[in-house]
Amino acid sequence: MTTATGAAALVEQQTMASGTGPGRPLRLYHPLTPYLLCAPYIVLLLMFVLGPGVFGIWVSLHDWDFMLPEKPFIGMDNYVALFDPQSVIYEQFWHGMKATTIFTVASVPFLVIIPLLVAMLLNRKFRFRAVFRAMIFAPFVLGIAVVGVLFNYLLDTQFGLINYIIGLVGIPAIAWTQTQPAAWVGLVGMTVWWTMGFNTIIYMAGLQDIPGEQYEAGELDGAGRWGSFLHITLPGLRNVLVFIVTTTVLASANMFGQSYLVTNGGPGDSTRTAIMVMTQEGLRSFKMGTASAMSYMLAIFLGIVSFIIFFLMRERTPKR
Amino acid sequence: MTTTFSSSRGELAFTGSSISRRRLLGGALGAAAVVGLAACSPGSAGAPGQEASVAGGGGAEGYDGPLVELAYWNGLTGGDGPIMQKLVDEFNAEHDNIKVKQTRIVWAEYFQKLPAAVSNGKAPEIGIMHNDDLATNAARQVIQPLDDVATALKLSEADFAPIAWNGGLYKEKRYGIPLDIHPAGLFYNQTVLEKVGADPDKPPTTGDELMAILDMCKSKGVQGMWTSAVNANDLPGQTLLYQYGGVMVNDDGATVGWDGEAGVKAINWLKALIDNGHSPANAANDGPSVAFQSDKAAFMINGPWMTTPLTENAKLKWKAAPVPNIGGTQATWAGSHQFVLPRQIDPDENKAIASRVFVNWISQQSLGWADAGMVPARNEVRESAEFKQKGAVTEFAKELDYIRFPPPIPGVTDQRVEWNTAVSKAMLDQQEVEAALAEGGEKANKILAANLKKYG
Repeated sequence: MTTATGAAALVEQQTMASGTGPGRPLRLYHPLTPYLLCAPYIVLLLMFVLGPGVFGIWVSLHDWDFMLPEKPFIGMDNYVALFDPQSVIYEQFWHGMKATTIFTVASVPFLVIIPLLVAMLLNRKFRFRAVFRAMIFAPFVLGIAVVGVLFNYLLDTQFGLINYIIGLVGIPAIAWTQTQPAAWVGLVGMTVWWTMGFNTIIYMAGLQDIPGEQYEAGELDGAGRWGSFLHITLPGLRNVLVFIVTTTVLASANMFGQSYLVTNGGPGDSTRTAIMVMTQEGLRSFKMGTASAMSYMLAIFLGIVSFIIFFLMRERTPKR
Repeated sequence: MTTTFSSSRGELAFTGSSISRRRLLGGALGAAAVVGLAACSPGSAGAPGQEASVAGGGGAEGYDGPLVELAYWNGLTGGDGPIMQKLVDEFNAEHDNIKVKQTRIVWAEYFQKLPAAVSNGKAPEIGIMHNDDLATNAARQVIQPLDDVATALKLSEADFAPIAWNGGLYKEKRYGIPLDIHPAGLFYNQTVLEKVGADPDKPPTTGDELMAILDMCKSKGVQGMWTSAVNANDLPGQTLLYQYGGVMVNDDGATVGWDGEAGVKAINWLKALIDNGHSPANAANDGPSVAFQSDKAAFMINGPWMTTPLTENAKLKWKAAPVPNIGGTQATWAGSHQFVLPRQIDPDENKAIASRVFVNWISQQSLGWADAGMVPARNEVRESAEFKQKGAVTEFAKELDYIRFPPPIPGVTDQRVEWNTAVSKAMLDQQEVEAALAEGGEKANKILAANLKKYG
């Protein structure tokens, strides 16, 4: 921390403490400076997150098609419909939520654990380490369109490379996109391959932040590899872990491209995720009111889930 | 647009500090909200249902104003795109003061982008739509009526195949000038037919003839006609549905016509291909066409847009024929490309005239378009000597008397999602055919009812 900002913080504290009373110390910066510094972020936040967010609530209270002059206000009807088993959207939506949940539960453990192991491997010193690091991260820079096309070829039942390879060891062809649970296995595998590089990089940054002295001290105290992983690495990564679990859950819950491009929501509608349902409802059938209501339901669920994650992984004060 | 997997992973600046819960929640809310909001602009100011009264005789008298550039959007992203580009280039060469610029966007995206562009006043001057999208887009005021064009160009039903002509109407107003009709056809692989001992120049015309050849294929170890869970809901399933006496949507727009006996028979016929060893189980969506193009299958039911890719495959010996009468009624699925003029919030007189000149010109040039396999909608083009020289497309033209369209009802394609799901479940044995279609039909009818209410 530099002296200048230190002084500024001090001044700020004193200002807040003394208010406008006498003996108010000199302010060392223009009163608008902090707001100006925050402005770019706040402007973007208002324009692209909060603004649309509030507008979305407004939309969800209407029978909304942006092309139609009449957008009747219907109050909470869109939300009520989501809980009314007789409504058009009830089954689609909850079916989509179920598919989203399955995908999230199936993919998050792999996306949290595999990158951690890979990061620990890549954190060691060995030859060509940079090459391996680049290789692990490379798929993440691909767009879902590219990955989707690639896996359409790989997962093809009759002509696919994966079935060819497992055929060499005598395993009969698997219908990756036509049967369950193979379809989920394919989608989860594809997602892990595609996105694990991101989490790996984050873990590696976290690992490099853990001071080497702690491991030395651990070694002196007789901690084995497992012991130092459990008592030094994991606690040292706690904040990183919270971040990774939360963002991975959110990202998995927003899964769209994989099932859209590879399974087309099938077999049947088993991989039609919540986002796919919303896309169909809002952008293909142009029922934006119900689609917005659905997205708010999903957001509320994700909010609750994130809260639970924070609660479970919070820093616990050691008992004395 | 749509929230993709990577959308909530924007930020990296967090290491070492604890993350703000609010920030994460905010991100989640934002990401989720995006879906409902993409492309929302309330500012659609233009007069609803406006009928532009445009000088220049709706395109018949030509255009002699200053140079204008016209945006022309369509979804011709397949083998048909380059052929359309050729026509556009010819038009540009012939017209010094009009420059048409073609933008190709896959159909699904196109129907999402176009309304957004219209509401922002950035609509292209010219577009193409399918017959079954016209009513939806007319009701949503994405496109404008163009009776003036039809009148000025002296177009009438007598010039066109009647079904294509009537396919351009919604509530007795004209919204589309037909370019082509593209019915499903039976493509046959002559190499495979020869190999199994069938006559490579005599395509089957009935279900029994088709089955006889498929049995010959089977005896030689060839799976003659592939089908797949995703492909079945498309041209093959819908064509069979019509042949067994069903319809996709009933004329009143209130109920679907695929949830009963006709639908069950259609899907059972396709399923039997798998059960009788004429198709592998679990083929991919493009399995039927991949197998056909790699000389593994003898037949496929597909659309005229396959003409260009099949022709480009020099090793392939193939021909096309009308779809055989399998179900008892001679009928086949078909679509029609129609020219539309998207609604302009700030109409520009010059552009309005120029775009009508373009539509007029290109609808007369539809002979060139026949190279893409599409049957020209104009009678005079179809009856011309040059047209008779074209290949597979002349076979598709034979089907015009019995092609089927869904009725012109706004949102008529929305029920497809339930049909697709039901067919997929039935084809993959996840559910009995009858139960899958009946259950799907119930849900689809709810969608149709909601649409009737919405569009009034």
